[in-house]
Amino acid sequence: MTLEITDLHTHFITRAGTLRAVDGVSLSVGRGEVLGLVGESGSGKSVTGFSIIGLVDPPGKIVSGSVKFEGREITGLSEPELRKLRGNKIAMIFQDPMMTLNPVLRIDAQMIETVKAHDNSSTAVARERARDALGQVGIPSPEERLSAYPHQFSGGMRQRVAIAIALLHNPALIIADEPTTALDVTIQAQILAVVQKLATERGTSLLWITHDLSVVAGLADRVAVMYAGRIVESGAVDAVLDHPMHPYTNGLIGSLPSRNRRGSKLLQIPGMTPSPLDRPEGCAFRTRCSHADASCAQEPPLHAPAPGRTLRCFHPVGAPA
Amino acid sequence: MALWLIRRLVQAGFVMLAMSLIVFIGLHMIGNPIDILISPEADQAERARAIAALGFDKPLWQQYAYFLQGALHGDLGRSFVFNEPALRLILQRMPATLELAVTAVLMSVLVGLPLGLFAGLYPHSFAGRTVMAGSILGFSLPGFWVGLMLIMVFAVGLGWLPSSGRGTTAELFGVQWSFLTKDGLRHLIMPALNLSLFNISLVLRLARAGVRETMPLDYIRFARAKGLSPQRVVFVHVLRNILIPVVTVVGLELGSTIAFSVVTESVFAWPGMGKLIIDSINVLDRPVIVAYLMIIVALFVTINLVVDLLYTALDPRVRLGGRA
Amino acid sequence: MAAREESPFARVARDFATSPVAVAGLVLITIIVLLAVFASLIAPQNPYDLAQLDIMDGRLPPGSLSGDGLTFWLGTDDQGRDMLSGILYGLRISLIVGAGSALFAGIVGTSLGLTAAYVGGKVEAAIMRLVDLQLSFPAILVALMILAALGKGVINVMLALVIVEWASYARTARGAALSERAREYIEAAENLALPRWRVVFKHLLPNCLPPLIVIGTIQVARAIALEATLSFLGLGVPITEPSLGLLIANGYQYMLSGKYWISFYPGIALLITIMAINLVGDQLRDVLNPRLQK
Repeated sequence: MTLEITDLHTHFITRAGTLRAVDGVSLSVGRGEVLGLVGESGSGKSVTGFSIIGLVDPPGKIVSGSVKFEGREITGLSEPELRKLRGNKIAMIFQDPMMTLNPVLRIDAQMIETVKAHDNSSTAVARERARDALGQVGIPSPEERLSAYPHQFSGGMRQRVAIAIALLHNPALIIADEPTTALDVTIQAQILAVVQKLATERGTSLLWITHDLSVVAGLADRVAVMYAGRIVESGAVDAVLDHPMHPYTNGLIGSLPSRNRRGSKLLQIPGMTPSPLDRPEGCAFRTRCSHADASCAQEPPLHAPAPGRTLRCFHPVGAPA
Repeated sequence: MALWLIRRLVQAGFVMLAMSLIVFIGLHMIGNPIDILISPEADQAERARAIAALGFDKPLWQQYAYFLQGALHGDLGRSFVFNEPALRLILQRMPATLELAVTAVLMSVLVGLPLGLFAGLYPHSFAGRTVMAGSILGFSLPGFWVGLMLIMVFAVGLGWLPSSGRGTTAELFGVQWSFLTKDGLRHLIMPALNLSLFNISLVLRLARAGVRETMPLDYIRFARAKGLSPQRVVFVHVLRNILIPVVTVVGLELGSTIAFSVVTESVFAWPGMGKLIIDSINVLDRPVIVAYLMIIVALFVTINLVVDLLYTALDPRVRLGGRA
Repeated sequence: MAAREESPFARVARDFATSPVAVAGLVLITIIVLLAVFASLIAPQNPYDLAQLDIMDGRLPPGSLSGDGLTFWLGTDDQGRDMLSGILYGLRISLIVGAGSALFAGIVGTSLGLTAAYVGGKVEAAIMRLVDLQLSFPAILVALMILAALGKGVINVMLALVIVEWASYARTARGAALSERAREYIEAAENLALPRWRVVFKHLLPNCLPPLIVIGTIQVARAIALEATLSFLGLGVPITEPSLGLLIANGYQYMLSGKYWISFYPGIALLITIMAINLVGDQLRDVLNPRLQK
């Protein structure tokens, strides 16, 4: 198991109250596996990603739970130890390529520093590696591009650079936090293809965080659906998408434009995501669920309705298949 | 790049021209320029000669032409008090003022930047808050009074430093500078420190604000996600970004600092342009005042130009345009 | 849960009070103003009354006694004037000139700024050009030049200060007015065919006040400091109405002989005044600004 998260809780203590951003998340990613973590904004999926490598800024902190990387517990590690992992064994790609790269530093500087952070290479060797990495993600004339500044690249190119940086030390796990959300659909497809190819070639595990189910459908092996800080359903991609069990998952799939017949009203999940400060007791989805009843005021436990699938619901809408 | 430079130079030229026009018109509005620019002690023959030389008997636009011509040739009248060309007087004293102002500005960066960085990185610590409180003091302290107190403590009380004047000078590029000698440095420290006080607070606050703005940004988080050491994150990623506004403001403040050196030079009897202008105002040595105005404007225009250049050099987004 | 209707002023006051330092500053300012207003009643001596001065009392250190048994708590200057009294009277001048010029500059600058924002077009362009020109020159230089042309005196100093300060108000007022103007309530008022001046003064102005108040406080501190500096240089108020700056200047020549009190105490008074105003201004800025981003 490359990554194993068990009952993670990351809370933000603010003047307005305690924000339970991650409220009991358990998931795992195996070697070479792609896990899609799906949820809408505010569901806590990005915070989950940051919690793994310990980049949650105050007033947030991991209050309980375990994160095991390659069998080793990493939640209690000191900063210097975590730094050894970051960018090295666990790499992260962020959402907005415009803001991810430092605008006043050159591309080669930003790549070379990553190499040197974990390796005692000389600058010349580091630069070579950077150039090769750029070539591998499909950036033409990498030698010229190295001397350029981020603003001289298009959004898609910048994201490729970010991917190249992530791959510099051949990490065992890449956490991708909505890397294609800010890009055009066509560019999105290119980026997905690049990542998929490289991950398969190198056997890298991928935790792909997104709100877009269609991306997950094409890319992931397994999917975990997140709502209001908790995993509500998970399983193999085809199984979950063809036979969803949680009403929320069902609603998500149903509201995909591709799933709706032309001319008929677009299906929507009624209501709005509750604010993280003000979640309902018990099942957080019950205020919007047509199947909810009094029993849902108790928090549904995470159970396995079938091998390889987990579910957090008293009234599933379907069977595992 | 070259095109931009030429454009800016032309712009600068226009500003100078406009200022010369304003000064010229101002001279005529305040009073009779004859009385302003010709010493009241000159006799009739002197007056007649001066009037002819300065063109006061000609129509106004021709007078302006004379004025411009004179300015370009470095002739802006003779000082009543020293009986030397006013321009020469000022230029003689310029190195002393520049020395003082540049040292003060350097001090403000060398002291203010690290302090501001610290206060920005640890805003809620006791030290961080003390630094910020200190910066308010820096704003509020009346400069001239601090100068007096500095003299009182370090010159009169402790006797470590000289109380006034400029130290011995040494030559560099044909000009006499005092920072090149040990005695000169001893004389330079207090006035430069005094002058830099306000700027230190400014740089400090700017740096702190810059750090607080930059730290939560995505690219800093990304830098940390790459496993970079905190030293590298702060001193390369954060610093490079906050340097841009800091340098811009400091550069613009150079002009203000030169202007404010008027006060410091008076307190420490530093023989620069500032002391000259105060003395000249007090004795109504008007040609010097006029010449000083023109020089100051020229200085400001130059400084603005250089700051613009620096800014372009530091911010690659401006330099290379965008091609996103 | 019904929210209690609180006037904006009460809300600002409550937020302001969260900083004990700022409140201390406000208290200090009040004390200073009261001291200045009642100077003639509090001061042990009237430093302008030549009959009360005895040159034999000159340059005495703090705590000395005069011939008449009067205690010079802060010492005397070279004329035998009690420093404490001199400071109290000097505070008056400093405050009047500083606050007065800031107020006038505020009126002039705000009017011009609002006019620029409301009228627009060439008028606005011309006014803003003037503002840019004014702000690109250091205050002290402009003040020096004006006083060089006009000569010394309280009125001239105030005039110079007003000319130096108006531009900040104008710029702020215009900026605030432009963003307020786009709001709906102005459109509503205009649609009601209210006369222009009424729209500007009764509707636009009150909502532009917060940033102007912040600028105003900063400007008062600046004006007081600038007047002190000019007076110190001998270009400000005349000897007959000495402000704190002039008192400090008087003590300049005695520093080297160790008679520090003649310059020291007026400087402390000046420092406390300016700092108190800056502390209040800082807090006001923090308190009033987020309110603008509604």
